[in-house]
Amino acid sequence: MQIGSDKVAEMARLARLELESDEIKALTVELSGILEYVAKLQQLDTTGVEPVSHALAVVNAFREDEVAPSLSREEALANAPAATGEAFVVPKVF
Amino acid sequence: MEIHQFTIAQLAAQLAARKLSSREATEAVLARIEATGEQVNAYITVDREGALADAEAADRRLAAGEAPTLCGVPIAVKDLLCTKGLRTTGGSKILENFVPPYSATAVEKLREAGAVLVGKTTLDEFAMGSSNEHCPLAVPHNPWNLDHICGGSSGGSAAAVAADQCMGALGTDTGGSIRQPASHCGVVGVKPTYGRVSRYGVLAFASSLDQVGPLTKDVRDAALLLNAICGHDPRDSTSVREPVADFSAELGRPLAGLRFGLPREYFEVGLDEDVKKAVMTAVNRLQEAGAEIREISLPRTEYGVAAYYLIAPAEASSNLSRYDGVRYGYRDQEARELLDLYRRSRSRGFGREVKRRIIIGTYALSSGYYEAYYGKASQVRALIIDDFRRAFEECDLIISPVTPTPAWPLGDKSDPLSMYLTDILTIPTNLAGLPGMSLPCGFSSKGLPIGLQLQAPHFREDLLLRAAAAIEEQQGPADRRPQL
Repeated sequence: MQIGSDKVAEMARLARLELESDEIKALTVELSGILEYVAKLQQLDTTGVEPVSHALAVVNAFREDEVAPSLSREEALANAPAATGEAFVVPKVF
Repeated sequence: MEIHQFTIAQLAAQLAARKLSSREATEAVLARIEATGEQVNAYITVDREGALADAEAADRRLAAGEAPTLCGVPIAVKDLLCTKGLRTTGGSKILENFVPPYSATAVEKLREAGAVLVGKTTLDEFAMGSSNEHCPLAVPHNPWNLDHICGGSSGGSAAAVAADQCMGALGTDTGGSIRQPASHCGVVGVKPTYGRVSRYGVLAFASSLDQVGPLTKDVRDAALLLNAICGHDPRDSTSVREPVADFSAELGRPLAGLRFGLPREYFEVGLDEDVKKAVMTAVNRLQEAGAEIREISLPRTEYGVAAYYLIAPAEASSNLSRYDGVRYGYRDQEARELLDLYRRSRSRGFGREVKRRIIIGTYALSSGYYEAYYGKASQVRALIIDDFRRAFEECDLIISPVTPTPAWPLGDKSDPLSMYLTDILTIPTNLAGLPGMSLPCGFSSKGLPIGLQLQAPHFREDLLLRAAAAIEEQQGPADRRPQL
């Protein structure tokens, strides 16, 4: 399965990554190789096999909906690149 | 024997008998890091002040007659686990200055057990790699041969333990990231059953595969450190409520009657001759000790890497979307608009391998490709789980190599796929959620360590450690140490 550089650029856009053209070029070659390799999976007949997203049969872990202490505003904002003391600050949305 | 060479159990005995204070032990370890740190480069952060404060507190507890398992023992933690008030980078530029407001549950448990936290060890960025070369902050060197890789992603933890820069360490294992570096650095590494150890406060890579575990100098220490971090945690919805055995109590029980499965496919992956020889020597010794060896088959082994390199990047692409330059981590200062802020911060903050996996994962989950890629991989995962289920009907434990070859020279594998393929023997364990471990079993002709791998059914870490202790016993005491 070959993948084109336009496809890699589209994935970068979806993943919110800005890639230089040489990065896109290198990734296109690497991803084509990786996709060619993972195409192995098509050799296996998986008709009727239930897909697994989790190795153990777990069910939802629910708890009572009780209010519990959480991070203070100060702690939550402590690592912010920009904050007002009340909120995170970002540039305009558009 | 020098203080820094002690195992956890040896040091704990010295501390409990008050022959040594935690302060003395901690200072000895810090001096060892000072002396050998530049050669090995295992740490991103050494927390001298914090470690000495922990040691003082431990000495007070010891004086009061309290002595939890790890009281006063210097332990290192992979820099993927949050440590309150102590920088946690994930090995990434995007979190280079991140100081967590809380600690991972596994770290809290270490503290409850009285451990002294020496520092944070290096890793492949966000745990994505098999050589620990994908890290802009510190690339470690193998203590046994400084021109070689330590393995990854928990390369720093394995190197620190091998170089006596701590008594033991925590790592994480998503596709072999504890077992493979343990094997390359000649230490013991355990990947617990999925759900045994809480993932709360661990920077997420692939949530259905990630597991925290110990790296130690011997099997007894692995049992001690594993017991300290296991247990249910309501803050991790995948944490299990299974009772936890006292793993130390299992050590020393005989092997007679245990059935070890030798998976044919694990020996058909272009195994290095030295690796094959070292593993088979251990297998023959087991047989002499009264264990039964059976050849078994795990027919879908060769599809593990392919399934993993769709599932893990898919989960990672979702998990790593949180790094956007808004709430923590690196922010690009030139951005004029929000989308631009996301794009620029992520592109400058993430390294090449992380971007590569985000793109693969985005592709595997994207509309029109989801069924053929992520969907198919999830079905193959079910088949691999089934392989193990059948195998464990015929044997109690599976024994095999950990990696096809010993450690390779730094800079040797530039092609991503060739690096991915080195994890062929460790990835299936994670896909199936099984416990597995690596145990030193010899050296290559070039003097590089070789590990053997044990895998057990879900929640049978007791069996894993019991068998490992017996094999270790048969091998006798280690006759060499890294020359640093």
